[in-house]
This record gives sequence, C-alpha cells and structure tokens, in this order.
Amino acid sequence: MRCEDLTDDLSAAADGSALLGRHERRHVERCLRCQAELVQYRKVLRAMRALRTDVLEPAPGFLAELLANIEESGERRAIRSMISGHRAAYLGGLAAATAAGAAGAIVFASRVRRLKTAS
Amino acid sequence: MPQDVAELVIAARDGDREAFDDLVRATHAETYTLALRLTGNEEDARDVVQEAYFRAFRGLKRFRGDAQFSTWMYRITANCAATHMGKRTKHRHEELHDSDPVVDERPAVDPQLQADAGALRERLTVALEALPDKLRQVVVLRDIYDLPHEAIAAELGISETAAKVRLHRARKKLRDDLFPRREQEAADAV
Repeated sequence: MRCEDLTDDLSAAADGSALLGRHERRHVERCLRCQAELVQYRKVLRAMRALRTDVLEPAPGFLAELLANIEESGERRAIRSMISGHRAAYLGGLAAATAAGAAGAIVFASRVRRLKTAS
Repeated sequence: MPQDVAELVIAARDGDREAFDDLVRATHAETYTLALRLTGNEEDARDVVQEAYFRAFRGLKRFRGDAQFSTWMYRITANCAATHMGKRTKHRHEELHDSDPVVDERPAVDPQLQADAGALRERLTVALEALPDKLRQVVVLRDIYDLPHEAIAAELGISETAAKVRLHRARKKLRDDLFPRREQEAADAV
C-alpha cells in the first residue's frame, strides 16, 4: 500500500466520518509519514472549526442599506400583489358582465321567438 | 445569535415587518461572514447577503422551524453564493486584500498557544481565499459550518459524491499549503 493512496481516507478519518480499514490502519500504525499527515488533517480541521465563532463585521452602512433594500423590495411586492388583485377583480367583473349580456341575449331571443310563434 | 431569534422568526412569519428587520439586524453579520468566506470578496458577499435576505423574506412562511433559523439562512446563503458565482464572469477570488480582517484579535489565555493558533488561523484564512471557488464553497460549508454533505450538494447543485470529492481535494490543498514540509520531503526523495 502506498501512502498516496491513503490521502482521502486520512482526510475522512480525521473528522471521524469514515473509519480506516484493517489494512489501512496497519499501514498508518507503521508509517510515520501517514501518522504525521493524519495529525496535520486534524490540525486543519480544528483550525477550521475555530473559524466558526469568528464574525466578520461588514462595512459601516451596510446594514442600513440592506434594510432599505428589503423595505423597497417588500413595497414592490405589495404593489405587485395589489395590481394583480385589481387585475383579477377587473377580469372577474368583465367575465360577469359578458355572462350577464349573453344570458340577456338568450332570454331576449327566446321571447322574440315565442312572440313570433304566438302570432 | 441572540436567544430571541426564534421569537422573531415566529413574529416575522406571521407578517410582522419590524420583526423581520430585527431578525436581519440580529443575523446579518453572521450571514455576511459566511457569504464573504464563500465568495472570497466583499463586493460579492454584499450582493449575496442581500439576495439571501430577499429569498428569506419571500420564503419565511415556508420555514417550518424544524431546523435552526441560522442553518436555514446558511443554506439560502450557500445557494445564493453558488448562483452568484456561477453568473460571475470574472474570477476575482485569487486577489488577496491586505485590508481583509484575518487575525483574531481577542486577548490570549495562553500567549504562546494563542500565538500559534493565531498564526495557523491567519495562514488558514489566506489558504482558504486562495482555493478555487468550487473547493472553497464545499470545505467552508462542511468544515466551518458543519452542513451535511446532502445539504451542501443540494444547495450547490452538485451530487453528493462530487461534494465529497471536492471536500477531500480542498482539505488536501489546505494541508499542503499549511504544512508544506511533506512536499519538500517528496521533492528531496526524488
């Protein structure tokens, strides 16, 4: 077994997401280079996890700009929703008027036909 | 993150705009930190944070609250960063800025340990910035923010296998950058 073949396994073993197989473990137990590599991966992981608590503050003014843009976006959304609501009401009214007109025409036509039949 | 974030989330989900603004105030620095780590530069990070909060604002009603709000925001931010960087035509991640804060300036408990950890942290920050975008995104989300492979793959639009491969490549590159002795030994052995 070559040390190079173990790199991914050591990276996964360092964070505990994978266990080394029997052959790999035996190799690492005898190989100072792979042991050193495993220790280095663990150091990298520890340093990475330590970064989790760091908070990098954005430039002054960023928060105000962010809130203003969210506000503007919210208003745009509200206007869009209002416009689409109006449009729906307009189309609904138009459909109702058309339906009423059609019904009136049918009633009128049927009355005319009835009158013609009676005469 | 303050303890009342959960309450703010509930109020914002119920349509309280002021609560959403408070939520942004409470979480924006953390979101910005992730965005900066994912994109590698301030300008892109600002755009990503903005887009992430727009999406959060629009999608808050769908947030079920079974995960932490911070985790939900990490996922949105990761997705926005992947989209933003996909659109970006000019890759600027290789630029290093002297003004970027890279050192933890909190007082030391043990000065020597703190000096060693600080030095490693500083070198790690530089090494992270130097990583290709695709590798940096995965290693930041997995090893700093502890997102599962499945979530990383979903937000970056890649397979879980690809996420794992990128993670190992990124870790190897970071290790080679931080502990270059092994390469030297290999060169000496030839």
